[in-house]
Amino acid sequence: MPILSHLWIILALPLAGSAINGLLGKRWAQTTVNSVAIGAVSLTFLAVAELVREFSHLGPSQIPYVGDYFTWMLAGPFRVDFSLQVDQLTVIMLLVVSFVGMLIHIYSTGYMAHEGGYYRFFCYLNLFMFFMLTLVLAANLIVMFVGWEGVGLCSYLLIGFWFLKKSAADAGKKAFITTRIGDLGFTIGILFVFATFKSVDFIPIFQSVSTNPVSVGVLTTICLLLFTGAVGKSAQLPLYVWLPDAMEGPTPVSALIHAATMVTAGVYMVARMNPLFSRAPIAMLVVAIVGALTAFYAATIGLMQTDIKKVLAYSTVSQLGYMFLGCGVGAYAAGVFHLMTHAFFKGLLFLCAGSVIHAMGGEQDMMKMGGLRKQIPITYWTMLIATLAIAGIPGFAGFFSKDEILEAAQSGPHANLVLWLLGVVGAALTSFYMFRLIFLTFFGGPRYDEHHVHVHESPKNMTVPLMILAFLSIFGGWVAAPHLIGGTDYFAKFLEPVFTTYAPAATESAAAVSESAASPGVALFHALTGWPVIVGVLGLLVAWWFYIKSPETPKRLATSMKPLYTLIFHKYYVDEIYGALIVRPLLWISTHFLWHVVDEGVIDGTVNGVAKVARESGGELRKLQSGNTRSYAAWVVVGAVCFTFLLLLVLGMR
Amino acid sequence: MTVPISYYLLLSAVLFGLGVVAFVFKRNVITVFMSVELMLNAVNLAFVAFARAYNKFDGLVDVFFVIVVAAAEAAVGLAIVIMLRRNRESLNVERVDLLKF
Repeated sequence: MPILSHLWIILALPLAGSAINGLLGKRWAQTTVNSVAIGAVSLTFLAVAELVREFSHLGPSQIPYVGDYFTWMLAGPFRVDFSLQVDQLTVIMLLVVSFVGMLIHIYSTGYMAHEGGYYRFFCYLNLFMFFMLTLVLAANLIVMFVGWEGVGLCSYLLIGFWFLKKSAADAGKKAFITTRIGDLGFTIGILFVFATFKSVDFIPIFQSVSTNPVSVGVLTTICLLLFTGAVGKSAQLPLYVWLPDAMEGPTPVSALIHAATMVTAGVYMVARMNPLFSRAPIAMLVVAIVGALTAFYAATIGLMQTDIKKVLAYSTVSQLGYMFLGCGVGAYAAGVFHLMTHAFFKGLLFLCAGSVIHAMGGEQDMMKMGGLRKQIPITYWTMLIATLAIAGIPGFAGFFSKDEILEAAQSGPHANLVLWLLGVVGAALTSFYMFRLIFLTFFGGPRYDEHHVHVHESPKNMTVPLMILAFLSIFGGWVAAPHLIGGTDYFAKFLEPVFTTYAPAATESAAAVSESAASPGVALFHALTGWPVIVGVLGLLVAWWFYIKSPETPKRLATSMKPLYTLIFHKYYVDEIYGALIVRPLLWISTHFLWHVVDEGVIDGTVNGVAKVARESGGELRKLQSGNTRSYAAWVVVGAVCFTFLLLLVLGMR
Repeated sequence: MTVPISYYLLLSAVLFGLGVVAFVFKRNVITVFMSVELMLNAVNLAFVAFARAYNKFDGLVDVFFVIVVAAAEAAVGLAIVIMLRRNRESLNVERVDLLKF
């Protein structure tokens, strides 16, 4: 068991890659930087693969496997060990993170080839892998929090990678500060967890919560606080505003951090803390409501965006909403399943978008593209596959996962028809805006200046990752497929121990019922003709009508529904509202009170006052230094006389 | 009959006082220099008087130190006086005020 007993190797590899490139890479050729960075992540992936092989030999009693390394903090009853843990959920996350991460590293060697700061980019990217793997391997909330903040840091560094551009630097700050608001809740949540369970390690917490009943009020508070962190990190309402702006970063970063891995950390955390959430129905409902609302809301914004990456960004926000909806209705496995398939197809979509941008020489506006399918066929086909997957067309990965979530929202133990309806409408919008993207980009006539833009397919190191991810976007969902014809949902089956071991008794029976309920053919028929599929196809057709058949229709609709169009086109003015409600008052207080009163008056006043006293008394005293030797001598005499006098006085008193 | 120690000390104090007054009020650098020598020797006298009165040699040893220091000081001091004369064309200490702020 070489890797399982040395889990730290998985973390050490990308960290070493990051350190080597960061410290020494500046003068190296790109190929050297490549081999260090890609070598590090490839070895990480191999280590994870080996870990999975070893993991499969473990008996049920040995899972979760915990590797304890050292005691990190010890303060009275508060004890934090640096310990890592592996269970089924971790395995899934490790595979997704390391594999997609590896592909995106390879892709980046092509995409970033002409950019400055090449070594810096790969240093950050490897560092991100390190923190993300820490996050998923953590065996307690504190180590998880380290990974959580670390990925936030890398996200900040990479969004602001082109930091000389003001918008990029601002977007980095926005992402960092907005997620920090959520992290405040997360931190307080961790403190609450410790206060309630006297431990921050997952296993003791879960054991304690399933044996000693804790009041629902406390659990709800804890879960809502933890969920605040997830809302910030996973860009849900109302803290989603940073994710669209995060598209200022290089496209591979958007693919890896802001689509496939980091933003799903919130979903992972909620799934990880499922024994707590399952016992707090109100918190579950909040998670589901926030998820469904975000899924719908972000999808509506996606309809109007013209920047290819912004469309994908709102789409990511929306899909993350689906994952939370899944977790919120108790279908954690479905949420994590969607997390995985989403990592494949959304990672692919971003990489394709990067390939399109690369082909167009940096143009991101879809209104200035068009007709690209002949010139960049590989990008076209892979992007089409990803779009079919996200739209939920049967047979593709997204179909299985999204269907499972909506199924759970419709008929699961925590079913809620309003939320289901929001999800279905969101799915229709998703299908529409994604095909809009495809039609605008790849169909129709070129809307760009053909003399200036030389459209060209991307190099091999970019297209090969696209093809691998396209393969996964088709077949990545099939592990759940046998479920529909009466077999086992292998994915849910694999994850089952994570979600049932410490689950409250009621949920267990409900899960058992739902598994035995549907008969084979009916389930397949039901899934294929269910609303998610119908609206998916509908979205496709409407998009085709709007952007291929009669391109005037969108404009006509826009004029006939002017107020709604303006509202959505300006993204519901949320950025403006936040600006007016939070940023401007904060600036005003900072300028007029904190700056002019507290800083200038109190702090500077104290410091300057002390300096002024010293300077002025010095100014008086220096007049004694006349430079005249005899006056010094006179002072010496005065001093000696005084001293003698004092001496005599003291001696005389004895 | 021996002279009481207080006589010596009184003489020493008077000599020292004269040295101080001369040091503070005289302007000629050589006079000032001589007043320093006067103060040193006043102290020497006190040392010797004490050594004699208590019949110990410590004070005598100190006297030798003082004489050595005075000799060294004379060498350095006269060198400074010569340089002063060359640079300032004057022996007036009032005109040597480079040390002020």
